[in-house]
Amino acid sequence: MFENVASIEGLFYFAGLVAVIASLKVVTGNNTVHALLYLVVSLLAVAVCFYLMGAPFAAGLEVIVYAGAILVLFVFAVLMFGLGADETKNAPKSKSLANMMGAMLLAAALLVEIVVIINNAEMQQSLQANVISSKAVGIMLYGPYLLAVEIASFLLLSGLLAGYHYAKPDATGGDL
Amino acid sequence: MADILWKLFEITIIIALLIPIAAMLVWVERRMIGIWQDRHGPNRVGPFGVLQSLADLLKILGKEDWIPPFSDRLVFVLAPIIGAMCVLMSFAVVPFSPSIGVSDLNIGLLFFLAMASLAVYSVVLAGWASNSKYALLGGMRAAAQTVSYEVFMGLSVMGVVLLTGSFNLREIVLAQTNGWLIQSQFVGFFIFLVAGIAESHRLPFDLPEAETELTAGFHTEYSGLKFALFFLGEYLGVTLISAMSVVLFFGGWLMPEPFASWLPPLLWFIIKIMFFVMFFILLRTSLPRPRFDQLLKFGWVVMLPLALLNLLVTAVLRLTGVL
Repeated sequence: MFENVASIEGLFYFAGLVAVIASLKVVTGNNTVHALLYLVVSLLAVAVCFYLMGAPFAAGLEVIVYAGAILVLFVFAVLMFGLGADETKNAPKSKSLANMMGAMLLAAALLVEIVVIINNAEMQQSLQANVISSKAVGIMLYGPYLLAVEIASFLLLSGLLAGYHYAKPDATGGDL
Repeated sequence: MADILWKLFEITIIIALLIPIAAMLVWVERRMIGIWQDRHGPNRVGPFGVLQSLADLLKILGKEDWIPPFSDRLVFVLAPIIGAMCVLMSFAVVPFSPSIGVSDLNIGLLFFLAMASLAVYSVVLAGWASNSKYALLGGMRAAAQTVSYEVFMGLSVMGVVLLTGSFNLREIVLAQTNGWLIQSQFVGFFIFLVAGIAESHRLPFDLPEAETELTAGFHTEYSGLKFALFFLGEYLGVTLISAMSVVLFFGGWLMPEPFASWLPPLLWFIIKIMFFVMFFILLRTSLPRPRFDQLLKFGWVVMLPLALLNLLVTAVLRLTGVL
């Protein structure tokens, strides 16, 4: 629909802006559920960015896996433990600069990395790549990246086993 | 530019048709349940009671639209809108006929799954924002139920993707020209249907709003238009699951030859959808509600292995060239 490259770029930057603002609201908000909602918005905006960069498959998975499943579990946990607006009353109001130093250093390192990548002409070319089909993603996953897929699946399997172990009825025959 | 205007026109028409259809379904459902239970059902307003939904709409518009003072106002208002919007968005990828359909997204099936998974927020947030015990319990049930059933809803349709080699719903329909996928994917269809009922929390899987235990579950505190939006979302959801079943397993608008020339493709599509909507209503009248732990256990212990097995057998048959 949008043959115009400028309009795609405009949409991309708009989605990026939404993602940045939403992410800021996540870390500055006082209400847990509101913060989680902003995180959902942020993830959806990132999905739009993926889509506009020509990776519809990644965009779809971003929404299904992160926004649709993991964040729902987060919300579920918040409901379960009743973390509401009043929970933050006990939290320290002003965080000292020293406490935030570690996170700020990491963020700065990431920023430097991104700037270097964007300034690299070679990288810029690869960012302009064409639409990547789900088939291409599949071939990559089960070709060059097979080992990574296998390791990830082993990790998930161990998580599954641990979950099963914890949820097993105990020896006295009690339920959960 | 004309292209975009035409698309907008198409979208408007589809939404303008879908919403009255969802409203009519309320009447159809009550009437059919009445007939199946050997009573009349609503038959007073207009011929056969057709205008019942209109009367209901007028009544619901006249109700006080109450936002409880103890609720989280913003989220409380947002929740029903999210629900109705996610379902309406899903219709964007449904191919209604060879020429009608908003978008032929090449990840159409994933888009449908994504919207289905986002629709959970409507119910969960409604339960949380209401700040009431019944609503909270309903919201938590909805979260657990939907996340569990989503897993094998996705797995059940992967057989279809394996056989057609595409996520594009229009291509999936066209791949069924020589025979509907239900022939080989009946297990997948069964799983998809059960998961679909759980996703749209209809009876017998309507535990998030089970009135005998939770008053009205997640929408206990809702009234007026916001309640109507939840209702709309539910009936649109039924239509959507029916439409997706038809597209994925029953050849969409396609019909075998002697029948195909009788009616235009769009009408065949609608007739097939109505068949499944009726099936949903029949399920509601005939099946009892399970306990919540039975529901989750059934999902993880029976449906998930079944979905994996279906996928495995389909893949093996595909690789050996049988299918």
